Amino acid sequence: MDSSRRSVLKFFGLTALGLASRPVFNAFATEHGHSAMHFEKGAKALKAKQWAMVIDTRKFESADELEPIIEACNKAHNIPQFENKNHEIKWIWETEYHNAFPQSPNRFLSEEAEQRPYLVLCNHCENPPCCRACPTQATFKRESDGIVIMDFHRCIGCRFCMAACPFGSRSFNFRDPRPFIPELNKDYPTRMKGVVEKCNFCAERLAKGLEPACVEASEGAIVFGDLYDPESEVRKLLRENYTIRRKQSLGTEPCVYYIV
Amino acid sequence: MNDKKYILGGLLIFIVLFAFPFWFNLGKAAPAPNPVLSEKAKAAGKCVMPTEFMRAEHMKLLGMWRRSVVRHAKREFINPEGKQYTMSLQNTCLNCHDNKAKFCDKCHDYASVDVYCWDCHIDKSKGEE
Ligand code: SF4
Ligand code: SF4
Repeated sequence: MDSSRRSVLKFFGLTALGLASRPVFNAFATEHGHSAMHFEKGAKALKAKQWAMVIDTRKFESADELEPIIEACNKAHNIPQFENKNHEIKWIWETEYHNAFPQSPNRFLSEEAEQRPYLVLCNHCENPPCCRACPTQATFKRESDGIVIMDFHRCIGCRFCMAACPFGSRSFNFRDPRPFIPELNKDYPTRMKGVVEKCNFCAERLAKGLEPACVEASEGAIVFGDLYDPESEVRKLLRENYTIRRKQSLGTEPCVYYIV
Repeated sequence: MNDKKYILGGLLIFIVLFAFPFWFNLGKAAPAPNPVLSEKAKAAGKCVMPTEFMRAEHMKLLGMWRRSVVRHAKREFINPEGKQYTMSLQNTCLNCHDNKAKFCDKCHDYASVDVYCWDCHIDKSKGEE
């Protein structure tokens, strides 16, 4: 009894400290690491300073080839399928060249490149306007790995972030999505009516040491890695190929690169 | 001072009426909730923290878990005894407490607490509600 009461008290002290200031909390947690509760990264978790993606668009000829990739994401994250386009929820989807890169269409473009299907998703921008717009910090850029992620519990559904994102990467749940999920993945939550959602770079998979679902399904056409590790696969591809990014002139510094 | 009896009478009526919810419900208290531990939870013997703590503070602990998982990308919880758990309501808590209706709902209903956990987190015992 006594010892458990003591740990409860300890917990409260810890909580109060943690609320008052995070650095103090962290110091306390490490200092008393053996006795107090603490949080860690999983042993298998993949780590990076800034996750980034390189999509080799040359490997896709028709929209059909993107289907399994999009499907993998939809299944993993319980994405609902609505008939009504206005209610649509998208994490990763297919679009055409002129929509993906509206600011860089040259005249007399290679017809083949122009006809290719392009995969688009949240760019996990290094300078993300969506995060600055969010009044509740429900969406934020995670310091530990650069993922622009959402805490759905905090989202009040104001949709400022949707207005701020120049890529249309965010969707709003106008209705309860649950009845519209074709196949429920019971290991992952759904969302509720009234919150915004978008791609999370599969943060839940990275924590388990797995690559994002779309990367896994792409059979090598999409590569994922640390943008700030010169030895990473991503950096190697960027070094060896000419790549472009979406609406680069806006200065959001997208972390999704396209080989064209 | 001639109105004394009226004043006192009026006061009495007021107090009786004011206390209506108390005497009306006297002796009709709902029985204390009796959450049922699943076989799995019984077998495990211990929750991630001591039972008294969990009873009183599980919501705060879940809040801390969420903060750690979403904001700091730390998904493993190490309790004061040094035991490690993956912080996940859906995949860790519900793994043992696999019957929401007989466990979570019991107290929440009793205390009239309307949690919104299940708007997003899936009650795996039943799957889709
Ligand atoms: S693509 Fe849009 S939602 Fe994603 S980080 Fe950039 S601005 Fe934010
Ligand atoms: S809709 Fe949600 S995530 Fe977007 S800005 Fe508003 S509170 Fe933030």
